[in-house]
Amino acid sequence: MAELTNANMPEELQNDPRVPDDLKNNVFITSLDKIYNWGRKRSVWPMLFGLACCAIEMIATAASRHDLSRFGWELMRASPRQADLMIVSGTVTKKMIPQIVRLYNQMPEPRYVIAMGACATAGGPFKEGYNVVSGVDKFIPVDVYITGCPPRPEALLHSFIKLQEKIEKQSLRNVPWYRKGEEDVIPVPVLGPDLVDPRRAQEIKGKAEQIAEGQPAA
Amino acid sequence: MAEETTPPTSAEPAASKPAVPARPAAAAGGAKPTAAAKPAGHAAPKGPPLATLTPELAQLQQQFGESVIAPAPYVGVLVNDLGKLREVMTYVRDQLGFDMLANATAVDYIKEGYIEVVYHPQRSKGGEPITLKVRVPRGNDPVAPTEVAVPSLVPVYAGAEFQEREIYDMFGVRFEGHPDLRRILTWEGFYGWPLRKDWREPYYEGDTKPFESRWPGGHHQLAEERVPWQDNVNYPPGFDPLNFQANPDAGLYDSMLGGVPGVEVEPNGQAQRSPQPKGVGASVPVLDRNYNNLADDEELQTDQIIVNMGPQHPSTHGVLRMVVKLDGETVTDLKLVLGYLHRNHEKIGERNTWLHNIPYTDRLDYICGIANELGYVITVEKMMGIKPTERAEYLRVIMTELTRIESHFWAIGFLLNDLGAFYTPALYFITERDLILDLFESVTGSRLMCNYMRFGGVSRDLTEDQIMRARELAFERIPRKIDELEQLLTDNEIIKARTIGVGYLPAERSINYSLTGPCLRAAGVPYDIRRVDPYSIYDRFDFDIPVFYGADVYDRYRVRVAEMRQSLRIVQQALNQLDQTKPGDIQAGKKAYNHRVPAGQAYGRVETPKGELGFYLVSDGGQNAYRYHVRSSSFINLNSLKEMTVGQKVADAVVILGSLDIVLGEVDR
Amino acid sequence: MGLLGTGILKGLGVTLRHFIDTYAEDLKYILNKSGVQQPRPLRRQSPKARGLVTVEYPRERLPLPENFRYVPFLVYDTEKQDDKCTSCGICAKVCPPQCIWIVRTEDPVTKRPVPQPKEFYIDTTICMNCGYCAEFCPFDAIKMDHDYELSYYPHQEPHARLVQDKAELTKPDTYHASIHPTDWHRELEDRAAEEAKKKAAAEAKAKADAAKAAGGSAAPGAAGAKPATPAAAATTSKPAPPKAEDKPADAAGEASDQ
Repeated sequence: MAELTNANMPEELQNDPRVPDDLKNNVFITSLDKIYNWGRKRSVWPMLFGLACCAIEMIATAASRHDLSRFGWELMRASPRQADLMIVSGTVTKKMIPQIVRLYNQMPEPRYVIAMGACATAGGPFKEGYNVVSGVDKFIPVDVYITGCPPRPEALLHSFIKLQEKIEKQSLRNVPWYRKGEEDVIPVPVLGPDLVDPRRAQEIKGKAEQIAEGQPAA
Repeated sequence: MAEETTPPTSAEPAASKPAVPARPAAAAGGAKPTAAAKPAGHAAPKGPPLATLTPELAQLQQQFGESVIAPAPYVGVLVNDLGKLREVMTYVRDQLGFDMLANATAVDYIKEGYIEVVYHPQRSKGGEPITLKVRVPRGNDPVAPTEVAVPSLVPVYAGAEFQEREIYDMFGVRFEGHPDLRRILTWEGFYGWPLRKDWREPYYEGDTKPFESRWPGGHHQLAEERVPWQDNVNYPPGFDPLNFQANPDAGLYDSMLGGVPGVEVEPNGQAQRSPQPKGVGASVPVLDRNYNNLADDEELQTDQIIVNMGPQHPSTHGVLRMVVKLDGETVTDLKLVLGYLHRNHEKIGERNTWLHNIPYTDRLDYICGIANELGYVITVEKMMGIKPTERAEYLRVIMTELTRIESHFWAIGFLLNDLGAFYTPALYFITERDLILDLFESVTGSRLMCNYMRFGGVSRDLTEDQIMRARELAFERIPRKIDELEQLLTDNEIIKARTIGVGYLPAERSINYSLTGPCLRAAGVPYDIRRVDPYSIYDRFDFDIPVFYGADVYDRYRVRVAEMRQSLRIVQQALNQLDQTKPGDIQAGKKAYNHRVPAGQAYGRVETPKGELGFYLVSDGGQNAYRYHVRSSSFINLNSLKEMTVGQKVADAVVILGSLDIVLGEVDR
Repeated sequence: MGLLGTGILKGLGVTLRHFIDTYAEDLKYILNKSGVQQPRPLRRQSPKARGLVTVEYPRERLPLPENFRYVPFLVYDTEKQDDKCTSCGICAKVCPPQCIWIVRTEDPVTKRPVPQPKEFYIDTTICMNCGYCAEFCPFDAIKMDHDYELSYYPHQEPHARLVQDKAELTKPDTYHASIHPTDWHRELEDRAAEEAKKKAAAEAKAKADAAKAAGGSAAPGAAGAKPATPAAAATTSKPAPPKAEDKPADAAGEASDQ
């Protein structure tokens, strides 16, 4: 534990635009962290979980030409319990989002989410559709967004590299999964007359009453 | 409105004799002369006597008299006595030989106040489909389905089951006698009927594109900032999320557990709902009833269990959900839950301009985008009466057939995945597929979403280098790799043991289920639209339609391999003949972006790798489609999955699904 | 029908051949027997390739075809120090998911439109990379970029980054020329032909239209414009080029995501 000195973040990292702002002042780079993250970033197992067109490019990324295993991201696991990374590869529909949230809740920490392509980022070309959720980040936290419709396999690999950079920046001291207390469970959305986000139920109720009374909802 | 203003030139050609080699573009101009003779009058005027049109329709008229009429201008036969519909359709099927329901959809004519249900029966021997229609008053209630119910055609055409459910889901048309009328693409309890013309999606911005807000004063605004709920949602006035019942699956489980076959579920699923805990926070119990009594009615007192496969499951090929009832390992019932990738293709398609829809069709069946584009553009070209240039026709054929090869590589690779040959065949074939995609990318700019077709042409010509590469692929690489594929798989005893006799569905049943594509040809029906109703320039090439007679998974595999070889033959011939065309001559007329399509309607179809892909388009003469319907082969092929699977082992269920080769983007649209 | 198991053996033969191929090809490459030495990604992806196919991104990359399209960018004419875009709005109209927003510049005095965009946004979270905007632009002012390495962290405020404004979209024509050489060549030829035509026309009626010809050459290709184009108002009062923005359009054109 002697290595866990509170060496402050090096200057060049402080100014590195790749380091997220909220990590800048409390990241401790230690040898232990390095070993810990070195192991973690090279053994991320994605979940075998495809949604739409982008899933085809995701499979192409995992195939021989691009070979995901080169990064140590060896296996696509079909069970969320064995997966570290969820690649939201395609259009997230309202009918599907309860399942996605449920899968996310079932993934053990540390877990990461990549929103692959325009649809997963914010709805994409189908954003205007009535059954389309405008971005998976409305419900689950996303670590890396990729632009493109669909992103090339190389673009997906690039996002993996970005995610590895992010993993490198995390420290044992403050990673959320060693904190005490209840785990954050995201309430599963409900399919009512339309998609209902339980976290916003009160707000929805209020606005729906306003609209019913003929007032414009702010 | 389209009814009245339809000029006869764009009227859909009615039933012609089977195997008529008429080409679609030519046929569009040559509508029935009798139709031209009748002027457009007031609402639903009586059209030409059916007897003058074709012998088939003459028979129909003779049999049913005034129950069937043809409103002018002629765009199909209207069955104006709803009670007779099933009788008429049975006659059409048995006496006239239209044994396959190609397509069923609806159009909401809001001004006229009715919803028109459109059927396209066709002959499995070939030829163009005929059009039959019924009308029901639409009503103005946003939630209730139509008061008048249309008799369900499921007893006549089993393939109507999902299509009628889709019409119910999208338009709120009730079907009387349907075995399981629940919403299919959205969920039970969804508010409103999305494809009705007065229904607006939450991010509604305007009826048609281009939207006014984009230019010249296009200050960027996120859609979220424009609507009261911020998210892409809409609730009925006064909706109370803390105190409402939600169990979209109640009807599904009721129909599988408590349900006696044939008992009708209430259209909105309300009647049979189980008692529910209230409010959003409450967890939704899935199987809360009858569980212990299940085995009581069975002779063998074994446990019957329900297993949900999907929507996240490695072998459902996307976000499909199969709910199977198992007795031991044997499947005793199977229901599909669709709509997990319902991207509102048709609603968006009706907002889009004609040109906007081309890249969207790429995203229907995203394995074979170019084939979808071809189906759409030839349907629009049929309505516009234009014809692509020679070179464009060749380029279209080359690209489409390469797409077919690429798609079959994918299908076979992943069928083997389902069989447990984990990844090796799939990886080999994805490598080959990538080489074809490289060609697509260098020509069109994208690997999957090629956006290659244009009305009257294609977007880019092949350069010399690209032709060289295509030749290398078509003459050397791919033939070699298909040989290797056969060597690897065809004689493999394990594959044979797992697939021969599995998923059997005989020819008559396949036809009745409207099964199309390789699956139908594996059942011994030589039905391929490239041959039975030729489009583009397929009549110029020498190729065979491979047919096998096993009607099982193994023969579906063999049909696909044989089709790849036939596609190669077509590509080779087309590449050889490409020199005879003028380089650079890839667009007929001037390249335009604001097409106007003459008012009218058309049903066009092509043979994609998955089966028959049809587009039913209604134009009111404007820049946008009034109705844009996709007859998706993957979706309709799924009708027959239950009959193929029941009685088989659960491990075979995924194989049978794999042999159908569905793509969820096309199933759910 | 052979002996039971021969089918499996045949199949295993295929996998064995694949296995050997992976080494045979490398050996051939090391001994330099194949003669022509292409770069490794190209060699591995040619239709003649055997054996290993893996391209080791990010160390090596597949060459992108010229037609490759990702998100669009606006071309900045470095010669004339001006945007090529005239804000005619065609790209916004042909865009299928309607992800392009354009604010047209107005002359502060006459209130008449000036052929230059005041604001230009592309929402890359909606963009479907279809390439219509580039295909139908009559001024060659919007092109499809080749840069696909566009991943963002949420901390970088994805919507601020993903909805790109004019400064982020604008890239110099030198960059366009470097990634689309054929297209650029065609443009130059078109422009030369246009100039020649203009010149001839100008000489023919030099007196009457002298002023107009000068204005026309400032916006090449304006002759082929749609009627909607406010080319008529192309007067001397042009606003400053977009360099006034805090993010200058750098020459390398790398809209770096980091």
